[in-house]
Amino acid sequence: MTDTLTTPTASPTPTPNLQDAGIAKPRTRRRIDGGNGGTNWWLTALIAVCSLTVLIPLYFTVVTALKTPDQLGGTGFELPTSIRWENFADAYELTNFPRALLNTALITVGAVFLTLLTNSLVAYAIARNMHKKFFKGLYFYFLAAIFVPFPIIMLPVVKETAVLGIDTPVGLILLYTVYGLSFNIFIFVAYINSIPVELEEAARLDGASTWTVFWKVIFPLLSPMNATVGILTCVWAWNDFLLPLVVLSDPSAQTLPLAQFIFQGQFNTNYPVAFASYLMALAPLLVVYVIAQKWVVSGVTRGSVK
Amino acid sequence: MTSTASVRIKKHRPEPAVSAPASARSSFARTPRTFYWMVVPAVVIFFGLHTVPVLSGMFFSLTNYAGYGTWDFVGLSNYVNLFQDDRVLNSYGFTFGFAIVSTVLVNVIALAIALGLNSKIKFQAAFRGVFFIPYVLAILIIGYVFNYLFANSFPAIFTAIGMPGLATNLLASPDFAWVGIVITTVWQAAAFNVILYLAGLQTISADLYEAASIDGASGWRRFRSITFPLIGAYFTINMVLSFKSFLQVFDQIVALTAGGPGTSTESIALVIFRGGFQGGEYGYQMANAVIYLFVIIIVSFVQLRFLQRREASFS
Repeated sequence: MTDTLTTPTASPTPTPNLQDAGIAKPRTRRRIDGGNGGTNWWLTALIAVCSLTVLIPLYFTVVTALKTPDQLGGTGFELPTSIRWENFADAYELTNFPRALLNTALITVGAVFLTLLTNSLVAYAIARNMHKKFFKGLYFYFLAAIFVPFPIIMLPVVKETAVLGIDTPVGLILLYTVYGLSFNIFIFVAYINSIPVELEEAARLDGASTWTVFWKVIFPLLSPMNATVGILTCVWAWNDFLLPLVVLSDPSAQTLPLAQFIFQGQFNTNYPVAFASYLMALAPLLVVYVIAQKWVVSGVTRGSVK
Repeated sequence: MTSTASVRIKKHRPEPAVSAPASARSSFARTPRTFYWMVVPAVVIFFGLHTVPVLSGMFFSLTNYAGYGTWDFVGLSNYVNLFQDDRVLNSYGFTFGFAIVSTVLVNVIALAIALGLNSKIKFQAAFRGVFFIPYVLAILIIGYVFNYLFANSFPAIFTAIGMPGLATNLLASPDFAWVGIVITTVWQAAAFNVILYLAGLQTISADLYEAASIDGASGWRRFRSITFPLIGAYFTINMVLSFKSFLQVFDQIVALTAGGPGTSTESIALVIFRGGFQGGEYGYQMANAVIYLFVIIIVSFVQLRFLQRREASFS
């Protein structure tokens, strides 16, 4: 219903947020804006200048990836005089890009799926039994782990995963699911508490088992939080460096960030190839972000508004 | 939201209508056990992959284990030695200095950007999109890009504008390499905090500002008396989360300085990593990690207490 109201405003307003719709109808708002001088152009200019600090390093990465090594002198911000697309082909070969991309994608997708399926389930059981000592204790047990820094786990977990034979991408999926549990339970439990129990009781009276209630009633209701947890897990697992570095034993299991680290020596001083490689490693998530930008931002935002 | 749920339930209703009472009773009897089945596997795996490593780490911190071969109990001597180890003490100094400076800068900058993005500017959506980009980029790779910028581009720019005094590689200076690490970190980490602050700012009703401007409150006054108190909770959570994550700094240091020059930018995580995996100091570095754990716990609680009290005094 907000959509029809907000479309008349010609400016590219962001996702119609509740506040605009609820408090002031766009029409009156526009009139108030007009009264106050409307758009603050000075601030717009300031923000535009600030946004250059984000864009310039990205621009730099792109132009450097397109140059030949002999164009590298100077500040490096100059546009390439001649473009060398082979940088990407070289980087593709050198870092075994398709292999690393596949590994990263499998680990990320696996971690997101397993996290969503298991963490929400655990959070549900805890949220609905908080009055019982066992579940309350579990809640604080998981929560306490938020304060445990990774370096204390790092050395022992490497031994453990090696002994258990899970020093593999599958092991990494498991580790992301387990290490994300603390924070995810925190957000899921808060959200489940806001879902009225009556919904489940009605279903249960109809003979649905607890499992059915969870999958058919609760899980669909969790989708906003699933989006949030999914995005956070995805960005974490895709970009993580330390965990793959210490856990993965097989070189062919390398992830994208790990490949950049390992091939540092082999890029030598051929920076254009190195930058082409960086760009290819950054691009997939960047493309996803550009396509699903509104969704990503609102997903992350929702996690913070309890 | 609720409407979709009730539709789903209605769909279920017709099927077991006849046997409803019996099955209801049995489902209630069964309920507790199902809930236990939902959590027990997770608890077992979590205990195995999170708690066991922590406990075994604490155990080995009392030994002289090198990471391989045999080991003996050495009591608390690892802990005693830690306090005389310049490299370790230096890493704590560096890590805390880095984390404090980065936390303050990230929060000030992120809050300023969020305020700007939340006001009446053109192309709001586009700018938001731009400022959030760094959130999806790997800090390790960003580190490599900034490494090149610090080493080659910035010196060239300073030379070109006639300031050859500044035309050195920032990362090669033992005294100032940390500045380069802070810049890179702030560039990448501000994005996430902008998202959170923006979420906080959008919970503030526009009426409040209108009332304040009718009363003649200046911009700064409005920020101090309305905005800041109302996003206090976001400020607290951002300060605690960013400080905690900056205390664990690792990736960007690997990419920018590898701990150098010398050991001037070695973080605690880097020292544990190097000593533990490459230096044959497994037991010793586990003692370091145990101290580090307690430091993080204490700092987090002090921060929460302090910031929450301040938050309360505002409202």
